[in-house]
Amino acid sequence: MSKRIVVDPITRIEGHLRVEVIVDDNNVVTEAYSSSTLWRGIETILKGRDPRDAGFMVQRICGVCTYSHYKAGIMAVEDALGIEPPLNAKLTRTLMNNALFLHDHVVHFYHLHGLDWVDVVSALKADPRKAAEEAFKYTDAPIACGADILMATQKRVAEFVKKGNLGPFANAYWGHATYKLTPEQNLIAVSHYLKALELQRTVAQMMAIFGAKQPHPQSLTVGGVTCVMDLQSPSRLGEYMTKFKEIADFVNRAYYPDVVMAGKAYAGEPSVTGGLGVANLFTQKEFQINAKEFLFESGVMMGEDVVNLITGKPFKVQTLDESKITEEATRSWYKDNAAYHPYEGRQEPNYTGFKDAQTINDKGVLAPTKVIDENGKYTWVKAPRYDGKPLQVGPLANIVINYALGNKRVKVVVDQFLKDTGLPITAVASTLGRTACRMIEAKVIADNGLEAFNALIKNLKVDDSTCTSYKIDKNKEYKGRYIGHVPRGVLSHWVKIKNGVIENYQAVVPSTWNASPKDAKGVRGSYEESLIGLKITDLSQPLEIVRIIHSYDPCLACAVHVMDTKGNEMSSYKVNVNGASC
Amino acid sequence: MEHAKLYERLAERLSNLEKFPRIKEEKSIAALMEEHGISRRDFMKWAAGVTAMLSLPSEFTPLMAQAAELTDRLPVVWLHMAECTGCSESLLRTDAPTIDSLIFDHISLEYHETLMVAAGWQAEHNLESAIEKYKGKFILMVEGGIPAGSSEFFLTVGPHGQTGQKSAQKAADAAAAIFAIGSCSSFGGIQAAHPNPTNAQPLSKVTNKPVINVPGCPPSEKNIVGNVLHYILFGTLPALDAYNRPKWAYGLRIHDLCERRGHFDAGEFVQEFGDAGAKKGFCLYKVGCKGPYTFNNCSRERFNQHTSWPVQAGHGCIGCSEPGFWDNMGPFEEPLGDRLYHTVYGEGADKTADKVGVALLTATAVGIAAHAAIAAVKGSGKTEE
Repeated sequence: MSKRIVVDPITRIEGHLRVEVIVDDNNVVTEAYSSSTLWRGIETILKGRDPRDAGFMVQRICGVCTYSHYKAGIMAVEDALGIEPPLNAKLTRTLMNNALFLHDHVVHFYHLHGLDWVDVVSALKADPRKAAEEAFKYTDAPIACGADILMATQKRVAEFVKKGNLGPFANAYWGHATYKLTPEQNLIAVSHYLKALELQRTVAQMMAIFGAKQPHPQSLTVGGVTCVMDLQSPSRLGEYMTKFKEIADFVNRAYYPDVVMAGKAYAGEPSVTGGLGVANLFTQKEFQINAKEFLFESGVMMGEDVVNLITGKPFKVQTLDESKITEEATRSWYKDNAAYHPYEGRQEPNYTGFKDAQTINDKGVLAPTKVIDENGKYTWVKAPRYDGKPLQVGPLANIVINYALGNKRVKVVVDQFLKDTGLPITAVASTLGRTACRMIEAKVIADNGLEAFNALIKNLKVDDSTCTSYKIDKNKEYKGRYIGHVPRGVLSHWVKIKNGVIENYQAVVPSTWNASPKDAKGVRGSYEESLIGLKITDLSQPLEIVRIIHSYDPCLACAVHVMDTKGNEMSSYKVNVNGASC
Repeated sequence: MEHAKLYERLAERLSNLEKFPRIKEEKSIAALMEEHGISRRDFMKWAAGVTAMLSLPSEFTPLMAQAAELTDRLPVVWLHMAECTGCSESLLRTDAPTIDSLIFDHISLEYHETLMVAAGWQAEHNLESAIEKYKGKFILMVEGGIPAGSSEFFLTVGPHGQTGQKSAQKAADAAAAIFAIGSCSSFGGIQAAHPNPTNAQPLSKVTNKPVINVPGCPPSEKNIVGNVLHYILFGTLPALDAYNRPKWAYGLRIHDLCERRGHFDAGEFVQEFGDAGAKKGFCLYKVGCKGPYTFNNCSRERFNQHTSWPVQAGHGCIGCSEPGFWDNMGPFEEPLGDRLYHTVYGEGADKTADKVGVALLTATAVGIAAHAAIAAVKGSGKTEE
């Protein structure tokens, strides 16, 4: 008889996410539902506002990828107004983006996703001396892996575990059968967990040097950047370079070797060698490194071409046709089901709620629960489609497409990784691959990010402009968009300006693509697709589900910012306009 | 209160707290410091800094050090409502490897969705048992606005689909002290900006218990940690302004200690981003800085361990720690002119101090008007050199 499992909240992500799966008698997932349970309505709030304010407001969609929406909001308006910012501004934006990606990926791997791979309790059984030796198997110069440090780390964990109160580590799936690292390997990873916790603050400072603060930097403006004094200060530039080198060093001597270690250890674990999800991949160029070049290129690759690439057959990478992007809401809590292009998107809430049911709980027995309406609407996330098909976005898509395009900076890292792990190229198309590609993306940035820095120094010697002047003509109508690659995949913002104010604003974000519910044809989004066929070891401890979902680095506040862009009255609910302030 | 009496009271509070069992039977903070290579001398230097930040006399430094060492008596529940996780991220930026971060290592974080390992049923279990076990003893910190009333379904959490509003109310009822971390839980935040499609409310609107607001989008890590220490030291609510913000952090305007203040007084303004004035660090008032209307300690404490803050990076303050700033302070890149922003009106815990604020603000408004007039005479649009 089939059983249902509910995982809500999926923790260690941004936002509020519920996943429900149905398993058969062999505990194999036969159906999956991804549901976001929070809705905020930021796009409606933007209507009627000054376009120059858009960047600041949409930035508050997310405080984790805290720079992504800010830059997207600013650049969408620049695109609409036809403004070309000076090269100094573009390169400065890249420098801040370096910080964003390196911060985001390291924090995701160690603090959010890492504990799905690393059994902290197991580290207690490790021999620190052997662990120190083990660390040299994956790099010539490991960080924070001397026997002394590992011993101290182990002692720290031991006291933590022994004396009862585990705080944020309480009640996790420790000891789960699908944890595959040895105690020594776990100890190495725990040491890096702690090291990364310190280092991420340094990387946040790296963004703050030009960005004022992190989260929510504040130095971009429509037309350029405002941190002109910081750019003119050699000491500020030096500060950036020093911090960049520190994080790049960590990526090369800890993050890369740890993923190689995990890649080898988990190569035989079926719950992570599958789970590719939607096989249609999509990425967009990002990281301008000089007047002409970008670190990553754009492309769309449909499933058969991805298969052809990894099986060595002829394949093609398509160029994006923006007009083919739509969002629909057949299974989402909105009234209008039809597919609309983002410039015309609409969504009036139509919350139909949960149903009463019984599902397997943490004790492994049936207990009363709320469940989604599997025949109706079940999430605040809409279903974006490209030419009617779902796409997967994120580091996996970015790395695979850039590899396919022959991007040299990417290819060298991918080939090295496959060599170091002994994994075949097919391994990339998996949950494990998604996690590995995130690291590979970070390494490509760590290895090449200073190119933009050097180009900026060179340019500053001959040109000190940081902003382009512009005027917004109230009698003109404007339309523009930003489409780029952010830590979780392709982000696009679409804006229409009329009478000098925002008439319409839409954001189609990475987590909306990946966390998409089914569409009118019943076709699943990538989270759901990844879970189908997964065998769960212990229904009361669904670690495999959490691990697969985390491999996407979900960002649900990003995915569910949307709101009625046509200004329709939300007739069924009372809206208290004045309730906002005190 | 006289210093001696206050000192006595705080010392007594700390000695009582010392008798409480440690929640987290981990290492003492002294041992943790040693592990991180922080000397006692550095620790005392840090304690002196925080003492000054909390506007306490310097002789209170030893008490502050003691308070920091007693953070292991403190269980904390952190709830996520309608939010962007920026406040949690800010918390994660606390100094490393200095004391601020150790304090958050040291307190017992019982529930925090971004950091905790448990998920699903196990996570819900952690929350319920923390509320039960530490009833009346834990600190509640809430991030995010709260879709409320007939709109509460815009947020549900957990296998039972409990709404955010109910979850917050339940935790608030059992908490010893409640902090609204960030402008969303303090004042509703971005989702509560007009037309507030989800009827998002500040935490104070969904509970009857007193809420200390720690606004900012996000608040600096200093203001988050400072409030924890303040609670340990005093065990009571700090002195609050009209918007329930602790005066130690929100008592002065950004403008009061701004590094570009001299240029304001001299009438030297950036007229347009990227102009010659911008390169010289002139005042950002004319490109929209809301520093004169915004109460926060950014100009003193900055962000990311003093790395920078918006005004240093050449962009004006957007007023993010003021109620309803998304509606009141925009457009963010244009000056409010001599409009009197009603920052300090309302029911204040201490009206005397607030009246001083009004007087100051009025003086500033006059100053701004004067500068605007001077600039107009000189010919606006041109950089004043």
